[in-house]
Amino acid sequence: MKTTGQVSGIIANIVVVKADGPVSQNEICYVHMGDVKMMAEVIKVVGDDAYVQVFDSTRGLTTGNKVEFEGHMLEVTLAPGILSRSYDGLQNDLAKMDGLFIERGTRTEPMDFDRQWEFTPIAKPGDTVTGGDWLGEVKEQWIAHKIMVPFTMEGSYTVKSVAEAGSYVITDTVAVVTDRNGKDYEITMVQKWPVKIPIRNYREKPRPYKIMETGVRAIDTFNPLAEGGTGFIPGPFGAGKTVLQHAISKQAEADIIIFVACGERANEVVEVFTEFPELEDPRTGHKLMERTTIICNTSNMPVAAREASVYTGMTIGEYYRAMGLKVLILADSTSRWAQALREMSNRLEELPGQDAFPMDLSSIISSFYARAGLVYLNNGQSGSVTFLGTVSPAGGNLKEPVTESTKKAARCFYALAQSRADSKRYPAIDPVDSYSKYLDYDEIRQYLDERVEKGWTDMVNHAKTLVRRGKEAYDQINILGDDGVPVEYHDRFWKSELIDYVILQQDAFDDIDANCPIERQKYMFKMVLDVCDREFRYDNFEDCSAFFKNLINLFRQMNYSEWKSEKFEQYQNEILTAVDAKEAR
Amino acid sequence: MQTKAFQKIYTHIDNITKATVTLNATGVGNDELATVGSRLAQVVKINGEQITLQIFAGTEGIATDSEVVFLSAPPKLNVSDDLAGRFFNAYGEPIEGGNQLDGEPREIGGPTVNPFRRIQPSELIATGIAGIDLNNTIVTGQKIPFFADPDQPYNQVMAMVALRAKADKIILGGMGMSNDDFLFFKNVFENAGALDRIVSFINTTENPPVERLLIPDMALTAAEYFAVDKGEKVLVLLTDMTQYADALAIVANRMDQIPSKDSMPGSLYSDLAKIYEKAVQLPNGGSITLIAVTTLSGGDITHAVPDNTGYITEGQLYLRNDTDTGKVIIDPFRSLSRLKQLVIGKKTREDHPQVMNAAVRLFADAANAKTKLENGFDLTDYDERTLKFGFDYSLELLSIDVNIDIETMLDTAWRLFAKYFTNSEVAIREDIMNKYWPQ
Repeated sequence: MKTTGQVSGIIANIVVVKADGPVSQNEICYVHMGDVKMMAEVIKVVGDDAYVQVFDSTRGLTTGNKVEFEGHMLEVTLAPGILSRSYDGLQNDLAKMDGLFIERGTRTEPMDFDRQWEFTPIAKPGDTVTGGDWLGEVKEQWIAHKIMVPFTMEGSYTVKSVAEAGSYVITDTVAVVTDRNGKDYEITMVQKWPVKIPIRNYREKPRPYKIMETGVRAIDTFNPLAEGGTGFIPGPFGAGKTVLQHAISKQAEADIIIFVACGERANEVVEVFTEFPELEDPRTGHKLMERTTIICNTSNMPVAAREASVYTGMTIGEYYRAMGLKVLILADSTSRWAQALREMSNRLEELPGQDAFPMDLSSIISSFYARAGLVYLNNGQSGSVTFLGTVSPAGGNLKEPVTESTKKAARCFYALAQSRADSKRYPAIDPVDSYSKYLDYDEIRQYLDERVEKGWTDMVNHAKTLVRRGKEAYDQINILGDDGVPVEYHDRFWKSELIDYVILQQDAFDDIDANCPIERQKYMFKMVLDVCDREFRYDNFEDCSAFFKNLINLFRQMNYSEWKSEKFEQYQNEILTAVDAKEAR
Repeated sequence: MQTKAFQKIYTHIDNITKATVTLNATGVGNDELATVGSRLAQVVKINGEQITLQIFAGTEGIATDSEVVFLSAPPKLNVSDDLAGRFFNAYGEPIEGGNQLDGEPREIGGPTVNPFRRIQPSELIATGIAGIDLNNTIVTGQKIPFFADPDQPYNQVMAMVALRAKADKIILGGMGMSNDDFLFFKNVFENAGALDRIVSFINTTENPPVERLLIPDMALTAAEYFAVDKGEKVLVLLTDMTQYADALAIVANRMDQIPSKDSMPGSLYSDLAKIYEKAVQLPNGGSITLIAVTTLSGGDITHAVPDNTGYITEGQLYLRNDTDTGKVIIDPFRSLSRLKQLVIGKKTREDHPQVMNAAVRLFADAANAKTKLENGFDLTDYDERTLKFGFDYSLELLSIDVNIDIETMLDTAWRLFAKYFTNSEVAIREDIMNKYWPQ
């Protein structure tokens, strides 16, 4: 028997329910209001009173209304047919909703239950399996979507039968497994999983040892993100967080992209809706939308569902990871999620921590980031969830609770600087403050030695030093004046400018420059570094700046030209000639 | 307010604070309206039979035996084509005389547009101001505020933008507006002969501050009527959103909520987003474009109100007094229109993006040269030229009193490039350079 209850109090979207039976923390319930049933989650229990946060507007709700408790936590449905869809934070399919407006209590199915899928068996009768093991697969778009033993089935089972290859709907039984006591379990292509619990059906979680290529030079070359790694992008508004995330979502070398639009602008999601079905993934030739799932809970959608949206995205990511796929989850922005937590905590009248955020904010963020990672599955294959979140620090001040908590949890830090954005140096990733801890991993250094070139990490660190020295020289020039410093200071400054303009800056709106493959990054980087390592002869500081301005212009033209095209070679020759002529001998 | 038969009248109020009263009542819905004495109030908290009401006009003079009547409905606005040309207060009642409005009553603060049903904005709104059209192009369905100090002429600029932009309807939401500014808007609209396409909802400084909280929802309900039902292009002007946020803070404080940054409620982001996200491009061709004003205190944009606003809106425009030319300009460094990428170089001439960026970069060099000059350093020849360029650029393009079309803006920029710089100093993609560089 389900527990039921009655509404006894309302404060904004927190509703107090007098329950007539057992209620568990985070249990889902439905608050009735006329014909409408609004989903809610238990967030506090005091005696008979359950405090629930309603994922909808409570306008017009009165006391005495009926509430039904469901006996489970917030779950997502996992089955073939998740890709290309746009869900809200609670996994309702937005495309299936009628009408222009999202009416209260609207619920739509996350999958098509009558669609036929071509099933191919993998497991054989007699195999020993456990939760997460592969029984068969269907083709979802061009991806082999594995049908697995449900994650909830811990312990070992014996496969009794597997369905023959053929067409099935997701609710058809595709396998029967037997437990030790001889009890049979019928398995379909659908399973459910509570979003706040990590899926742990894997053998081990090693340290990441590969990089996730994004086509963004300031990331791949300077501060690479590891496959199965975590990173975050804090930056004041207008610094280009969203443009950068969109670029990564288009270009990253991942099998699956999950894009969580969490409390951000609706028009930005519309951009994804509009462009992704058109844009092609250069590696596979398929449309970008085919590998993408959007979880969309924009800033004007219910606050409580905003909190759920990041968990929904992560759980779907973990599901595809268990199929041995490379998943990249992008969340924009995790600050909005933290703010949702703050609003709840505030309404519950909890004692606040810094800036009125809940005290456990830091641990909530850490345990969320910990769900990412590279894993070895039980069958020895690997899969990964790479997580990249944005943070919107209040006032652009990085000493605020969300940024600080995230800094403890994430391994890559891409600080977007207001000063760079102001001078239109995009992407505005600050080359001095940003870091990737993965560059210190021996596994990653080794990988880069093989993937790019032997000694690559040292070259990158050398370039970082040049940038830092250039910044110091610039400060000196500003204090002492152009004439007040030796011309070497100008040389140092302009060499760092060359790295900045050619490697760090990238035009996300130019068809060619937007996506820079690792081979091209290496080529340009080595060419720039070669110029930086040479000594030149200048008549005076103006001669120095004129020389480098010309070089920067030529290098930029190279960036805008088709890789190894005639034009590209032509600019390259011009650069080499200019450099040779200027070199001190 | 219409009253129904057999409405229960309560005459026993338990608690009174500066903005709220609490009483025992049954069958009351959340957010529902009520009258206390003759003042309008709204349900903000229900705890069993204890109902807390927020009284918009304040509780001065409310007695424990004042009559309380619940109206069983949230705030509504009567919508019809007759809205046009009228001025209303925060409750949607006509001010300055005139009849009560007939029309279909609609709940204000209605549901959210399904993001999946939105259309990507792609239609440019030309204002003739190069600081906007050239550098920070605005499109239909966009939401963008002016960040301005209280002494800057933001209301004048907004009125100018409103009249030049080709919108079917203009909805003005005035919050904490001085009576003088209200009369200014009224005069400007009247003189332009544009009154028949303008609807105004006004809360002046003479009205109670908490009433302001209704203004944006009223204005946007009217906007949705014209955009959704009639397929019209609607421009909504909200001034001043900082005053709106102050009213939110007052209410949160009276409700004993724990304040977060700058004494603002923790829900400020969501509260503001609910308003700004009403900006939309609809599939039927209608659109709501939202231009707001957020006044700053001492130019501080890290304050919670401009900061949260910046994260919600699609860019922001800054006004600045340019001391060299003596003009008010739109600051090209800090201003940004996020949606400009959707139209520049696509709906406008192909050289637009590159020209825009090059001009701003050179103007930044001019600013650096100026700093050098002020610090007593020698200027190079390049510095001298950037300074001259900066002056002309500010005068001929950035100044808000410029009124030219976008092609002329681009041609002007090319002319200034050629006047002061060489090709490689301007550093624009070569094919474009060859095509447009003045011979």
